Amino acid sequence: MSRALLIDIGSTYTKARLFDLNNLTLLASGRAFTTIETDVSTGLSKALAQLPDWETADYKLACSSAAGGLKIIAIGLVPALTAEAARRAALGAGSKVLATYSYQLTGEDINNIIKEQPDIILLAGGTDGGNQEVILHNARLIAASNLKQPILVAGNRNAQAKVANMLTEAGKEIYLTENVMPRLEELNIKPAREQIREIFLEKIIKAKGLDRVNQLIDGVIMPTPAAVLEAAALLADGTEDEPGLGELLVVDIGGATTDLHSIATGNPTDGAVNWQGLEEPYQKRTVEGDLGMRYSAPSLVQVVGEKKLKRYYQEYFSEPLDDFALEEYLAKLHNQPAYLAQTAEEINIDSLLGRLAARLATQRHVGQLKTTYTPMGAVKSQTGKDLTKLKTVIGTGGVIVNHEQPDFILAGTSYQDLERPELLAPLAAEYYLDQKYLLAATGLLAGVAPDKALALLKKYLLKL
Amino acid sequence: MTQQATVVLGVIGADVHAVGNQILAHALEEAAIKVVNIGVMASQKEFIEAALETGADAIWVSSLYGHGEMDCRGLRDKAVEAGIGDVMMYIGGNLVIGKQEWSKVEDLFLKMGFNRAYPPGTMPEEAISDLKEDLALRGV
Repeated sequence: MSRALLIDIGSTYTKARLFDLNNLTLLASGRAFTTIETDVSTGLSKALAQLPDWETADYKLACSSAAGGLKIIAIGLVPALTAEAARRAALGAGSKVLATYSYQLTGEDINNIIKEQPDIILLAGGTDGGNQEVILHNARLIAASNLKQPILVAGNRNAQAKVANMLTEAGKEIYLTENVMPRLEELNIKPAREQIREIFLEKIIKAKGLDRVNQLIDGVIMPTPAAVLEAAALLADGTEDEPGLGELLVVDIGGATTDLHSIATGNPTDGAVNWQGLEEPYQKRTVEGDLGMRYSAPSLVQVVGEKKLKRYYQEYFSEPLDDFALEEYLAKLHNQPAYLAQTAEEINIDSLLGRLAARLATQRHVGQLKTTYTPMGAVKSQTGKDLTKLKTVIGTGGVIVNHEQPDFILAGTSYQDLERPELLAPLAAEYYLDQKYLLAATGLLAGVAPDKALALLKKYLLKL
Repeated sequence: MTQQATVVLGVIGADVHAVGNQILAHALEEAAIKVVNIGVMASQKEFIEAALETGADAIWVSSLYGHGEMDCRGLRDKAVEAGIGDVMMYIGGNLVIGKQEWSKVEDLFLKMGFNRAYPPGTMPEEAISDLKEDLALRGV
């Protein structure tokens, strides 16, 4: 019997799952508090103790978002161009982008970067053969600082050698890869993404003490968001032998952030549209740090506006929402990330917050269509991805999975829900639920047994 | 040639004339100049940001629908603001509506900060030869 032990070391819980790969069944699950501050293997041992014969599993792999996950600072030249390309590369590698810097860094910027304590600094800027001045300036400042983190250089090819020399002479640990935007508006983030993954494996795991799990399992092989993205891509594209579901969107609403992963080209569905701006990655991940159901609930309400929130509440639940109840509940959510809604009113607020988080995150993820009236008639131009024809939306994360009506929350991703006709959100998608939290686990398995990973996903995804 | 010259090429404003843009792109490439073509309906911001990232030597603006004056106002200022104030700027096309004396039109665009302006019917080769001269003066 072929079996896989797949583990997610989260910031709060370490979750372990044991699968039978021959019969495609989930054999057992175990959970314990993550113990990253002391020794991460203590918590892992406790979670593993709940699983029978885990020692003999064929694969024993883990992903982690503990100790803040993988934290990156992205630096580029123009905000909408190389800085955005660098940010997308970092997000695509499953990292948390602490901040994105553009143009020439200042001394104060360097101080802020030091304070933010990133795991990796991604330095880009200039197309190949383009501007060198800014990336050289930024490298000079980094060289003169006491930043000790690995620096991944992915900028203008013609400046790479000079940047590398400057940083190496200053004793920095540097990695070189291809430019994230080699030609104007042409995105090339795969090499940077892969290099980030390698630095994670070689350095970050050890630095965070995650290598202590190696005495129990094969090791931590990627950050959790990267595993989710792998699974989403596998599910969309399929394998050699088994077709996937086609283009899709994964919605992961957490306590602190809302992540969206779209696996789609986003090409214009209307042939007469001209596409503008930076190229879109086929596998696109966006993270909204102000949209969440617990820690970030107050900021989510701030973005929506309290008045509007109350209006929606009245609209959806046909009763008014009390001012005091809302305020009290929000304070509770912010301070107790593990709190579960008790009263009917709390459950309703949760539902509404979930739907609004999905809606706002979708608004920011999808592209838009702009009509310009020219002397030659109306001309349509698109920026970002067109997801109107996308057929599959998958909900994951505790909030959606434990919710009584997950489709109510997922409806927040629909075109009809966004109230902004220029946005290119799915018009008529079908909703699925990652009811057993398989996305991260199967993402780990995708690298070693893709057919099994895909089959497991297909088996356990629940159509709503 | 020690270093290949780079030109950002585009049609400014709500102008969708794509044919001339393609002809210019080919002509520039034929002349061994690197072309960063941002296409039709390009905004001032797109011209500036493209020139900044690609370290362009010149910005070539086309305008064929008569609104060139309105569309180009402030372009030089934006370049100065972005730190590339010395980038060369050329413009050509049907820059104004109706029949106006070319010298006045040219004057208008030179005052706006363009280094050269061309009337309708100019062949690409003329502007390319000017560009090579201008670049040579700058030592590119």
